[in-house]
Amino acid sequence: MMTDQLEPLEEDEDMQSRGSTSPAVLQAAEPERSIPRFSVPESEKEHSRAPDKMSVQRLNFYYGRTRALKDITLSVTPNRVTAFIGPSGCGKSTLIRTLNRMNDVVPGTRVEGVVELDGENIYASGTDVVTLRRTVGMVFQKSNPFPRSIFDNVAYGLKINRLTKSRSELAERVESSLRAAALWEEVKDRLKESAYGLSGGQQQRLCIARALAVAPEVILMDEPCSALDPIATQKIEELIVELKERYTIVIVTHNMQQAARVSDSTGFFWLGELIEFNNTEKMFTKPDKQMTEDYITGRFG
Amino acid sequence: MHKRLIEENLNQIRDKLLVMGGAAEKAIMLSMRSLDERDSSLAERVIREDDAIDVMEVELDQMCVDVLVLKQPAASDLRFVVSVARTAPMVERIGDHAVNIAKHCLVLNNEPQFDAGLDLTRMSTKVQEMLIDGLDAFTSGDPEKARATIEKDDEVDSLYDLFYSDLIAAMGRDPSLVERGVQWLFVIKHLERIADYVTNICEQIIYMSRGQVIKHSVW
Repeated sequence: MMTDQLEPLEEDEDMQSRGSTSPAVLQAAEPERSIPRFSVPESEKEHSRAPDKMSVQRLNFYYGRTRALKDITLSVTPNRVTAFIGPSGCGKSTLIRTLNRMNDVVPGTRVEGVVELDGENIYASGTDVVTLRRTVGMVFQKSNPFPRSIFDNVAYGLKINRLTKSRSELAERVESSLRAAALWEEVKDRLKESAYGLSGGQQQRLCIARALAVAPEVILMDEPCSALDPIATQKIEELIVELKERYTIVIVTHNMQQAARVSDSTGFFWLGELIEFNNTEKMFTKPDKQMTEDYITGRFG
Repeated sequence: MHKRLIEENLNQIRDKLLVMGGAAEKAIMLSMRSLDERDSSLAERVIREDDAIDVMEVELDQMCVDVLVLKQPAASDLRFVVSVARTAPMVERIGDHAVNIAKHCLVLNNEPQFDAGLDLTRMSTKVQEMLIDGLDAFTSGDPEKARATIEKDDEVDSLYDLFYSDLIAAMGRDPSLVERGVQWLFVIKHLERIADYVTNICEQIIYMSRGQVIKHSVW
């Protein structure tokens, strides 16, 4: 495990007094003792040894003069679910949006630092942002299907990017994406109907299918279940765990139990700072930082 | 700071565990007094009052399950609830050992006095001290005190070994003592087991306060 050597921030005093000594941790720490927990599939063990899928290094983000992210350093392991938690305004959504440069479209913003995808800095000049966003797909808090048919919603990205050669290939890609998003069985007989006829949970899975259609490698999910009922939430959570076999997933969630249920690593953010980045089991049973402890046991505020 | 919803549940759980622990302390104290004062009414009281300890174990178990599902505790709250759920059955077993000692008292108190020269008070005092300290450490979440209490278990074990040999030797010298000697062997065994349970409780306290597993010296 590496820790980076950052100067304490000026704003740090308050945090120090709350027991944090927070230089950001680069890699989620392994559990400190070797007591076996639940068994981990061999395939996952392989992934944990693989190089980082994404890596954030000393990232600062500004909305005008407001520094929303402060020297964030962390890595995203391939084929794992990485969760970001923290109170509103802590910077977790801002961070996830820097991972595919979604913040570029927000006027008056500025980024310092490095975000790498497979070792390449995505903020380097010459980066093709369209390709980046195809590789690093995103699912938002509120499902946002296009006012079109179910089929066209999934086919949209394939068509505009000319990713398929024939109608039959297009149909196959749409079907496989809908299957991967665990929606196919529910919609296969009504593909031509409007996406707006679907329930909230189905619409969210449609958005996941739409993201999957263009063959991304990383999927960013910004509070994907916050507008869903518990059953729909459970389906999305099961889907997330299923999807990590093939994709790398980063999820922002307000629901700590959700982070505990689906993620492998969890980062806790507070006032734009990464307080702790740790193995999820460790985070929810014995976090290293007092501030994390206070947050997840509801002692904050 | 605001009062967390879970706090009330945790306080009630903590209080009940303390009442239960107090009842187990009293059971040991009364059963040892029954033996010392040859007063069988005290032993009968221990046997009678054990039901209350059993009931508290079931109640605590239910309270822990309830708080786990309803309040979904994490971190130190989670470790506390899990620790109580593990500790309550140990306190219940301590109560059972006190009952067993009481039953041996009922037999011994009907027999002529038997003096094998054992300083039984020393052993029972040590065991009672361990239990009191262990429960204190649980309430205050004090891992240092828990560790110090664990260390006392060795003294209890040494006393057990010593008394065991003395009893065997006494029975060897005078076979008419065998029946009573066997009762005494059980009494010291029960005391020794109680100290083991206290040790386990203290290991749990270290998990509760530090998230560190020290059981079986394996980790």
